[in-house]
Amino acid sequence: MYKLLLCWRYLKTRWIALASIVSVTLGVATMIVVNSVMDGFTSQMQDRMHGILSDLVVETRSTNGIAEPNWYVDRIRGRLGDSVQGITTVVTLPAMMTFHHNGNAHTQQINLIGIDKETYASVSDFSKYLLHPDNKQKLDFVLKQSGYAPEREALQPAGWEHRTRVETLKKARLSEMERYRLLQEKISAEQRQQIASDVATLPSTNDEVSTEATNGDAAVSPNTTASATDEINQLAAGPSSFGAATPSAPRGHVFDAANEQRIGIVLGIGIGSVRGRDSDGKVKDYFFIRPGDDVSVAFPNAGSPPRAIDEMFTVVDFYESKMSEYDATFAFVPIEALQRARGMIDPVSQQGAVTSIQIKLKPDADLQVARDALRDEFPPAESYVQVNSWRDTQGPLLAAVQLETTILNILLFMIIAVAGFGILATFFMIVVEKTRDIGVLKSLGAPGTGIASIFLGYGVLLGSVGSGVGVVCGLLFVWNINEIARVLEWVTGREVFDPTVYYFDTIPTILHPFMIVWVSVGAVAIAILASVLPSIRAARMHPVEALRYE
Amino acid sequence: MNSTTPVKQNTKPNASAIPPWRVVRPESDGADQVAAQTVTEKTIVLAKNVTKSYRRHKTSVAVLKGVDFSADQGKVTAIVGQSGSGKSTLLHLLGTLDKPDSGEIHFANQRIDNLSARQRDLFRNKKLGMIFQFYHLLPELTLLENIVAPAMIGQSLFSYFRNRSGILRRAKSLADMVGLSHRLHHKPNELSGGEMQRTAIARALITDPKLLLADEPTGNLDQESGQSILQLLRNLNEETGLTIVMVTHDENIAAQCDALVRLKGGKVERLK
Repeated sequence: MYKLLLCWRYLKTRWIALASIVSVTLGVATMIVVNSVMDGFTSQMQDRMHGILSDLVVETRSTNGIAEPNWYVDRIRGRLGDSVQGITTVVTLPAMMTFHHNGNAHTQQINLIGIDKETYASVSDFSKYLLHPDNKQKLDFVLKQSGYAPEREALQPAGWEHRTRVETLKKARLSEMERYRLLQEKISAEQRQQIASDVATLPSTNDEVSTEATNGDAAVSPNTTASATDEINQLAAGPSSFGAATPSAPRGHVFDAANEQRIGIVLGIGIGSVRGRDSDGKVKDYFFIRPGDDVSVAFPNAGSPPRAIDEMFTVVDFYESKMSEYDATFAFVPIEALQRARGMIDPVSQQGAVTSIQIKLKPDADLQVARDALRDEFPPAESYVQVNSWRDTQGPLLAAVQLETTILNILLFMIIAVAGFGILATFFMIVVEKTRDIGVLKSLGAPGTGIASIFLGYGVLLGSVGSGVGVVCGLLFVWNINEIARVLEWVTGREVFDPTVYYFDTIPTILHPFMIVWVSVGAVAIAILASVLPSIRAARMHPVEALRYE
Repeated sequence: MNSTTPVKQNTKPNASAIPPWRVVRPESDGADQVAAQTVTEKTIVLAKNVTKSYRRHKTSVAVLKGVDFSADQGKVTAIVGQSGSGKSTLLHLLGTLDKPDSGEIHFANQRIDNLSARQRDLFRNKKLGMIFQFYHLLPELTLLENIVAPAMIGQSLFSYFRNRSGILRRAKSLADMVGLSHRLHHKPNELSGGEMQRTAIARALITDPKLLLADEPTGNLDQESGQSILQLLRNLNEETGLTIVMVTHDENIAAQCDALVRLKGGKVERLK
């Protein structure tokens, strides 16, 4: 009883010891904040990656692909049985995309992904990352009139609205150019006539020269006129014959860009836009491609050696997963278009080859077990396909984040351990200060263990108070982290959490109760460890010397 | 009080298993009888040929050089001597706060200097009261809590709470006896020297000890307060038959005691 009473009284009267526990409090609070933010980031990242990637991928490195995907799909279904939720086939290719912006051609490397629009949404959260509400329901690679993410002003106008406007402007510009050119021609013709008549009045010695000059001009101008007219027709029709090759476009049809679209392509939003700040420091997106624009994509065909082929596509939507790596490189097109263009369709069976088969498992299925089963079904030594889970593909990134979290935790725990030495020193001081009281307690018959437990109990109390306050501070910080970031921004004038860097509008946090428990238990344990040595010293104190201590 | 207190039983099969002060009558145990001339039937505490030296910077200073001392039950025995003569050392040895280099200490005809640490703690808690020159109250506790402290130390948390009301009643009556019932909830730093020493006396009496060891109880007090403390001790001795061994350097005080010994040159001479 005296132990409890005394440690309680020491806690109430020794404020200096509470100062030594502040470091524990700060350490605990920091650990909770850091862990929950890191967990928030990790989980957001995993959600996104998992949302984009299917659970399992059976893929081949050959760009010619898997010739008989149906045979594989059957075997996968046979092996995994009920745990399969969805399967889709995909053609993935490296490609180059060219688009025109402000009169300049820009070329960019992309990952061209041919997807089956019927089944692709069944293996990933693909649809929910599209901008147009109709496409979120079901993607059909058809350009919409308008309504692409209406809340984004920078994106408006988009769709047919944008395409029609651009084409009208283009035609107006071309006809204006044509009119101007004709005018120029007319003027120069008049000038020539004027010059010719002037020349005729000159003395005859110069006749030969002027005739040559006139002939030369006359020889050039019809050609120029003809080539310019061709150019206009070509620009209006577009450079590609691929659009005309679709079944809807009969041969000999001249493509009318104002009323027709080419095959649809969905671009990652990072390909078509940049995010920056305006002069006021507000975050702004700038789109140099909009739904409705045509882009040209060059990719290898399935021949050996592969040759580059070039196709035109119409951007029908953007894809925004908020994973910058994917948003800046992914471009989705219909799989049949890609198979046909690359020559991947078997002329006899009419079956298209694919480069990978993606599988979505049911939520309760075990990812590792399913992967191992498929690896067993398609042994790497015998088949030319590889089986990977999404964790395997993203393993290095996940491991890096995990390592970061671990190192941060170790460092922060070091801080608490340093705080432990502070407690140790403070406790030694308190034991020295209390020497006479220890002597008195011993003279009253208190055993050494009892004395030790006073100081141990004191350590437990201090540790509990310190980590308790730390937990409360940490939780308050985590719950209000975005408000705190705003206040810090206001005070320092610098953006704490830059949305142009992270693609998150707010700082994501996740609180794991277990983490909180472990952190606080660890902090209390350190406080107890730090009080063990002073307690032993107190217990071993000689009563007579302690009583004599001045 | 003892009957309600659970005493931890030592599992060793030898005689020291039972704390020696529980043996009621000394006649039954002839082996421990010490043949010293000062020993009588009424002797409650006895030191026999005790030596004690302290090491100070490599040199050993002999404080007690074969001291024989006894105090009778129900008597007030004073130990006088000059500063550094070893009065307090002898008192600490009698109170088992320290161990003699050689010789024996007996309490109620049981040897106590060779007991285990745990048994000595129990002995101090149950059989002994101690008061000091500088009172040695615990500054974090109130007067009442200071008085109750030995009872808390001697009991487990559970048994303390079971006996709490009885202990508090006794503490209050002791505070009343020493004239401090109006200051029960004051901290020691709010009390005068005399009040603190009265509190210390009440604290020493809470476990109903057989022997009170007082180390210069008036040494730090003015004449008047010192006299009233002495009167209090005298009354206690007369009313309850409490045995008191008191160290003092004040010959006046010593003259009022029943027995008187002087420590000189590490030896004892009996004066009264």
